[in-house]
Amino acid sequence: MTKQHANWSPYDNNGGTCVAIAGSDYCVIAADTRMSTGYSILSRDYSKIHKLADKAVLSSSGFQADVKALQKVLKSRHLIYQHQHNKQMSCPAMAQLLSNTLYFKRFFPYYAFNVLGGLDEEGKGCVFTYDAVGSYERVGYGAQGSGSTLIMPFLDNQLKSPSPLLLPKQDSNTPLSEAEAVDLVKTVFASATERDIYTGDKLEIMILKADGIKTELMDLRKD
Amino acid sequence: MFRNQYDTDVTTWSPTGRLFQVEYAMEAVKQGSAAIGLRSRSHVVLACVNKAQSELSSHQRKIFKVDDHIGVAIAGLTADGRVLSRYMRSESINHSFTYESPLSVGRLVVRLADKAQVCTQRSWKRPYGVGLLVGGLDESGAHLYYNCPSGNYFEYQAFAIGSRSQAAKTYLERRYESFQESSREDLIKDAIMAIRETLQGETLKSSLCTVSVLGLEEPFHFLDQESIQKVIDTFEKVPEEEEDAGEGEAEPEAAPVAAGTGEQGGSGDQDVAPMEM
Repeated sequence: MTKQHANWSPYDNNGGTCVAIAGSDYCVIAADTRMSTGYSILSRDYSKIHKLADKAVLSSSGFQADVKALQKVLKSRHLIYQHQHNKQMSCPAMAQLLSNTLYFKRFFPYYAFNVLGGLDEEGKGCVFTYDAVGSYERVGYGAQGSGSTLIMPFLDNQLKSPSPLLLPKQDSNTPLSEAEAVDLVKTVFASATERDIYTGDKLEIMILKADGIKTELMDLRKD
Repeated sequence: MFRNQYDTDVTTWSPTGRLFQVEYAMEAVKQGSAAIGLRSRSHVVLACVNKAQSELSSHQRKIFKVDDHIGVAIAGLTADGRVLSRYMRSESINHSFTYESPLSVGRLVVRLADKAQVCTQRSWKRPYGVGLLVGGLDESGAHLYYNCPSGNYFEYQAFAIGSRSQAAKTYLERRYESFQESSREDLIKDAIMAIRETLQGETLKSSLCTVSVLGLEEPFHFLDQESIQKVIDTFEKVPEEEEDAGEGEAEPEAAPVAAGTGEQGGSGDQDVAPMEM
């Protein structure tokens, strides 16, 4: 008698791609706005980017119901933090919190592929990239989601940071200007949209700087 | 109040139907430094006196943000107040998480009151020794509630608790009818003037009081020292000038203030249960 398997899955993949690039005093977080299931489109206008704190913005692809639940948990935890410490969480602090929250559900994970972007305590841009159970690393740029395999090699080609294994330790930030970073993001998304059926419709770009957050919307191919 | 054989346990009734431990807890509220709350149709102002233990120490925080739309001012055992504020914050966050909408003030105060009641009916607990002025805004408008250690709660247009609060209450009683339609600025001014009543002659400085506001389109926040000082400057003259008619406001205040102090020292009759706080 072979083991009985479930004929349903608690998870679904709603597709989409998320990218973030850290600069010397800014951070660019971008994601497409297409939400799909199987070969169908659920929405052409669904935001995958969520502001968690003044200096920390989360972008997640994967199962959006889990993403929403994750965002809610982080939002509540951030409120508690603010009550206790009388200040907003820094991006590195939020990064650790996100990691712990994900690992907390190690044996029934959030099906969420996260990229956290923001400014660190020195005001420099920072990007943290995660797996579904909370393993994370600070990087200069990151991509997650259905189009990540198409985008990441290109970002490596353009922005490759020195290896973290090198000594003396070298800066993980990219030497791009803000305008160049935004341009690069638009380019990679336009390219990913061509070949990834789950990426498209619109591109939402959030630029995080010390004085605030700017949002830009760009059209992508809708097929 | 005098000691008697029914006051050791909170679970012991007196023959006249009183729970003395609960009443003693309410006494603790009267010992704390004053806290004042007022509300209009659209705003709630909470203010308190900053009393420090000694010249060397800083003053304790008596006003807490519970959520963007709710704030609480406490008088009495501030440690108990802190714990209850944490409980209120937790309730507010959990409600928002589950229902994606802000917790109504009325619902919060009921939970708080029920929590306080539990402590009046367990032999291994003691009542919370803190009075809470909960001010907030929800769908049904602006509200101000007072939560007692007894587990009772009441809604008010304006109220004051803590030491020398009677002076402030007298001032508020004269003016409360205008509060509902008051502007935000007038409400803040009235709060600061009520605070001044409790100071009884001491010069009102912005460092002596903490003022917080919340309203429609205005999440709970504290006013900074400068803003408070500006309001004070509109009605408070330099000490030497206060003897003259000045703004006219200094004089009328003096009479009710004197009448108020007489009541603070003494307590109620032995046989009359002090249901009114």
